[in-house]
Amino acid sequence: MTQPAIRLSEVSRHFGRVRALDSVTVDIPHNAITGLLGRNGAGKTTLMSIIAGHDRADSGSVRVLGADPFERAPIMSSISFVRDNQRYPEDFTLRHLLEVAPLFHAGWDADVAEKLVAGFRLPRKTTVKKMSRGQTSSLGIVLGLASRAPVTIFDEPYLGLDATARRFFYDALMQDYIDHPRTIIVSTHLIDEMEPLLEHVVIVDGGRLVREAAADELRGSAITLSGLTDAVDDLATGHRVLQRRTVGGLSSVVIEATDADTITERATRAGAQVSPATLQDLVAAYGVEAESLEGTHA
Amino acid sequence: MLDDGKPIFQQIAESIADGILTGTYPEGTQVPSTNELAAFHRINPATVGKGLGVLVDREVLHKRRGLGMFVSDGARQRVRDERTAAFRAVFVVPLLSEARSLGLDLEDVHRIIDHEGSAS
Repeated sequence: MTQPAIRLSEVSRHFGRVRALDSVTVDIPHNAITGLLGRNGAGKTTLMSIIAGHDRADSGSVRVLGADPFERAPIMSSISFVRDNQRYPEDFTLRHLLEVAPLFHAGWDADVAEKLVAGFRLPRKTTVKKMSRGQTSSLGIVLGLASRAPVTIFDEPYLGLDATARRFFYDALMQDYIDHPRTIIVSTHLIDEMEPLLEHVVIVDGGRLVREAAADELRGSAITLSGLTDAVDDLATGHRVLQRRTVGGLSSVVIEATDADTITERATRAGAQVSPATLQDLVAAYGVEAESLEGTHA
Repeated sequence: MLDDGKPIFQQIAESIADGILTGTYPEGTQVPSTNELAAFHRINPATVGKGLGVLVDREVLHKRRGLGMFVSDGARQRVRDERTAAFRAVFVVPLLSEARSLGLDLEDVHRIIDHEGSAS
């Protein structure tokens, strides 16, 4: 395997008494699109800020393209970080921003920027302060993609975008990534919608890394069983249960299982239903699990 | 398409196999490239590549260096054989299980199939 683009080792970050990140060790693969998933408050934004060099870890080591990104100019120009509440100079118009942006990113592509501006129908003369939430998000996407930065980070880039604009974003992201493969990290709650775009997935919860794997591997790693509690419990025996829901005599469990076919056969005979767990199921399940097993499980 | 709960790379492989079976991609012709499929379906190229890889392993597709992926000789028959082998599990077993739930006996099922067969 090639060198990872980003290597975090035992990274912790506290804000007062809140442990935003708790000894996170993870590699982000080179030139892949990685999804950073987790519930609100899981530590996603803190993790991305530290990778981008906007924030500094209290302890642990951070290497982005081989160097510590914190306030290091050569590395900073290789990183484009679009925050979910990104602020731009208020009296700037789109024209101003598109003039300034190339100064910060050597790989800036003005043609891509123009295409994206047209696709999002961004107004050219409106000042940033008068832009809607969706327009500000679109602006962030334009700046993020057109920067062609070797490491590009999007923190929930879709806020305020309607379904059509989101689809345009996914198209643009995929096409530009194909034309110019680079390391992209995107945090999202729209897991079902963005899942096909991802090659790698990192799940965090409560400031800790709970799962990290190739997206295809993760998708095939769990199933949902549902039916009468006795039958479901019987089928789940021997598997790690990630989540359980019981209502009356009915249960639904998410279990780790790679041999879905054999379980499906047994389940059919027992009158229980089997469906593949989605990435969304897994994120929800790992989140709940981390809470109920607090302190007993890494 | 592409949301029936199966892993995405398998769905890609199946959609290409469908095309070979129905003649959209005749033997010896080129199938769309990884990047074309990725951009069209908005799916990560690595996932698409894995899907095409599945078909290379089954000798349905082969790679020509620098040119792309092509449909192999005998691919259509191979896909047909695989699908035929899966026909029982995918269609017949669920059909009979549903028939049982409905209280239909084999004779009823035969009659329905005969009727549909002569209608189409």
